Amino acid sequence: MLYDPAALVAVAEARPRGRWRDLLEERRFLAATLIAPAVIFILALVGGPLLLSVYLSLTDATGGTLHGHWVGLDNFTNAWSDPNFRRALRNTILFTVVSQAIVLVCAGLIAHALTRPIHGRWILRFLILLPWAAPVPLSTIGWLWMYDSLFSVVNWTLVHDLFPGHHAFYLYKVVNWLPLPFGDIDRLNPPQWLGNSTLALVAVISVHAWRLIPFAVVIFLAGLASIPTEVQDAARIDGATGFRKFLYVTLPLQLPIATVALLFGIVFTATDMTVVYILTRGGPFNSTQMLTTWAYQTGINSGNLGEGAAISLYLLPLLFVVAVLMLRFARKVEVS
Amino acid sequence: MIERREKLFSYLVLGPFAIVLAFPFYWMLWTSFKSDIDLYNVNDVPFAFGKGSPTTRNYGFLFHHTQYLTWVKNTAFVGIVVVLITLALALPAGYALTRLAGRWGQNVGVGIFLTYLVPPTLLFLPMSWVIAHAGLQDRLLSLIIVFPSFTVPFSTWLLMGFFKTIPLELEDAALVDGASRLKTLLHVVFPISVPGILTVVIFSFSLVLNDFVYALAFITTSSAKTISTGVSTELIRGDVFYWQALMAATLIPSIPLALLYNAFLNRFIAGFTGGAFR
Repeated sequence: MLYDPAALVAVAEARPRGRWRDLLEERRFLAATLIAPAVIFILALVGGPLLLSVYLSLTDATGGTLHGHWVGLDNFTNAWSDPNFRRALRNTILFTVVSQAIVLVCAGLIAHALTRPIHGRWILRFLILLPWAAPVPLSTIGWLWMYDSLFSVVNWTLVHDLFPGHHAFYLYKVVNWLPLPFGDIDRLNPPQWLGNSTLALVAVISVHAWRLIPFAVVIFLAGLASIPTEVQDAARIDGATGFRKFLYVTLPLQLPIATVALLFGIVFTATDMTVVYILTRGGPFNSTQMLTTWAYQTGINSGNLGEGAAISLYLLPLLFVVAVLMLRFARKVEVS
Repeated sequence: MIERREKLFSYLVLGPFAIVLAFPFYWMLWTSFKSDIDLYNVNDVPFAFGKGSPTTRNYGFLFHHTQYLTWVKNTAFVGIVVVLITLALALPAGYALTRLAGRWGQNVGVGIFLTYLVPPTLLFLPMSWVIAHAGLQDRLLSLIIVFPSFTVPFSTWLLMGFFKTIPLELEDAALVDGASRLKTLLHVVFPISVPGILTVVIFSFSLVLNDFVYALAFITTSSAKTISTGVSTELIRGDVFYWQALMAATLIPSIPLALLYNAFLNRFIAGFTGGAFR
């Protein structure tokens, strides 16, 4: 661009030079002015309550009041010695790890397939992204209905002859071949998805994976779109196709963004209460409690605010360690 | 030849996944048109309509005998106001942290993102105490104040990445031309940030829709509920589940939202790749 120097000087001189104006031109002052509202807001709405709940966790406060006696770390040790807490902790990790493993593999495949110009891509993409658009508190009710003890459509599909005719076809027979972590499906006694401890775990994981796959697909699509076409072309010229191209070209370039998808997936699963709360309320017999639901149960339903806060606080260091490690990893991969 | 094989691979992957992921919605649609006699007959084939079905009675029940429409309106209102607050706070902060604050900007940015990790399930206990003492219980204002606590950190972080990709030369040119920093921000930077802003709008709105804990804790009056809690608390009465109405209630907001997300997906992807993660 070419500038007429005379015009520039004229513009600069014509500018009013109020004191306030000058202050706003000052880089650091402007930065502080723009950042302050957000930071103050976050400190007030996250920092404040966080400190308050740390305080609560050190007292024996009960429902209704926020005043209790100082009990030190008792709430933390009490929570830890409760087998239900241990199970909730184990479940939180189990749900997160298993559902995220499923999400990463499925979303990777889907995103990869979606980048090809095929017919009907729009409608396929629409269908695949549907679970993301539905609010979780509502779509989980849909699953509650699909896993119903009597009218489960999942069970109906499993145990009924799907192609009536000469050759009967039962889906459950196929399912029984698979090495699944629960026993064989019995035709006359169909699985109680939400009534059996092991199956309820499967049900919760399935809902988490289902709702987070579309989200991961979107992030992966963004990642794939960011791979420069030159790299793709170079790979093609070098004769890399199909799986080899995926392994040596696409996958390494996708790592940072996959890390981000995973990070969000972990946060969304580990801190979520909705799915378990609506699907099983932590049951049967507390077998599907997560830290979040167990904290709710202890803090609200049993009115033991202090211990409830302590239970939720156990989640925090876990998340922070995961987040810091992954952000660092993402940055490292990018630099190299 | 290879191309054809790859296309076939795409269909083989996408077909089954599309069926599995979309099936619950197909099932909600089907269920929402069933009559009670048909729905609760174990001998009926669930994929066919039986006695008394299909019927639109369930939709009539939802619209006329529950406060569903009020909940939808409440949700939309809260969502829009929260998105506006989020933009007002996160846009300037995101810009300043990337462009004006220098090295410590990045660290503050990471700090802000880390606050997003503090789960609502931890914060809602003290917060409901504060809300009760401020006399905001059962008012939508309580949600409008609290929801930005998770949308702002997320959006600030997202926008920081986005601003990094805007070429510095554009701003420099404007500054050399004599525009003030604030003017540059308003007239040069924000207009070209539309994909980033759109990303933030969509994400914040979907975070608001997905909240359950705060809405459950703060609001108990039926007329002040949002869909996320209204549907699950008012259409499930004790052991009685109004299944068909529940399914209809889920479908109604989901389908337009899905169309909206899809329509904006490409710009949205541009916003994301814009460098939120580099």
